[in-house]
Amino acid sequence: MNAVVEVTGLSKRFKDVVALDDVSLSLHENTIHGLLGRNGAGKTTLMQLLTGQDFPPHGTVRVFGQHPVENAAVLRRICFIKESQKYPENFTAGHVLRSASWFYEGWDQGFADQLVREFRLPLKREIKKLSRGQLSAVGVIVGLAARAPLTFFDEPYLGLDAVARQLFYDRLLEDYAEHPRTVVLSTHLIDEVANLLERVILIDQGRILIDDEAENARRAATTVAGRADAVDAFAAGREVLHRSGLGGLSAVTVRGQLSDQDRAAADAAGLDLSPVSLQDLVVRTTSGTDRKEVA
Amino acid sequence: MDEGKPIFVQIAEQIENDIISGALPEEGQVPSTNEFAAFHRINPATAGKGVNRLVDAGVLYKRRGIGMFVAEGARARLIEGRRERFQDEYLGPLLAEAAKLGIDRQQLITMLEKGKNA
Repeated sequence: MNAVVEVTGLSKRFKDVVALDDVSLSLHENTIHGLLGRNGAGKTTLMQLLTGQDFPPHGTVRVFGQHPVENAAVLRRICFIKESQKYPENFTAGHVLRSASWFYEGWDQGFADQLVREFRLPLKREIKKLSRGQLSAVGVIVGLAARAPLTFFDEPYLGLDAVARQLFYDRLLEDYAEHPRTVVLSTHLIDEVANLLERVILIDQGRILIDDEAENARRAATTVAGRADAVDAFAAGREVLHRSGLGGLSAVTVRGQLSDQDRAAADAAGLDLSPVSLQDLVVRTTSGTDRKEVA
Repeated sequence: MDEGKPIFVQIAEQIENDIISGALPEEGQVPSTNEFAAFHRINPATAGKGVNRLVDAGVLYKRRGIGMFVAEGARARLIEGRRERFQDEYLGPLLAEAAKLGIDRQQLITMLEKGKNA
């Protein structure tokens, strides 16, 4: 595994809130990563530091082996598509795409033209007159056609309908297969993207909770259901993420991969085991309410 | 897709099913990893893992620069393997459910006979 990005001991706070708390991680070359977590978890702060928009207050950030801040050699190879992207006054969508084509070495104009048709983006309309979905389409088209070696999509699809989102996923997968690159997809629509991801990074209250292959994350927790006494016996000594009950029945979500012995024991006790989807795992592990504050 | 099994296992099983049904004939070319990924809307690395599982098992083989093909004799071997697992995967759960519902052996046999004629 080659690391495109390496972060060690990265911390950042805004006034009395810890945005990032001693974060260490690497992004693998030519891999699609999901960066998941609740609003305010620290995802955007992390991406801003990785894309050189701010100096890291504590810790180190290396992108392609170098400091990203004000480093043109690094920044040329990064594309950061964000929800709240601002464009110059009076720019049209066409102006944005032309600027991007000058900036990114890997820009594919034919691919950009195809995406403009598929997303039905009016090129001559001023950016400020585009609908929310069309504005998101501008970002998605830039992010895909730029073919930057390191591409971040931070909630890229506000206002995009289900058809347009599926189009984005399909074109991302196809183009990634032909032109492998490192992609970070930050989104709340976890069920929609779960199968696109090779690695998952889950962040909560500024800390990394999961940094693993998506396949392992899918098996990181299991729901056990059946008669309450049998469920309780099975769950004893395990970390319980969630518990619900109905009459004499109970369902408990436990963390950790189950061994074959565990499965046989559950089977013998008449318990049903079901895997926990990535989305449920995120909900179960990040639904605590306490927020760390700095005294 | 079925949530219970890893996705790459599901991909491998689907290709096996297509070989058993004859949809993918022996010595015929199978779609590329990227085509599988696009079709199932999954990460190409995941699709590759499923395909490699079958390469390791000798069900598929690679021809350099051309692509992936179904091995000769793959169908017969897959059927043999599935038959061996039939007892565990199908009969076991069927008997357990029958016992839970109080269906006795004779009733089961009657049902099987009926099912054959259906």
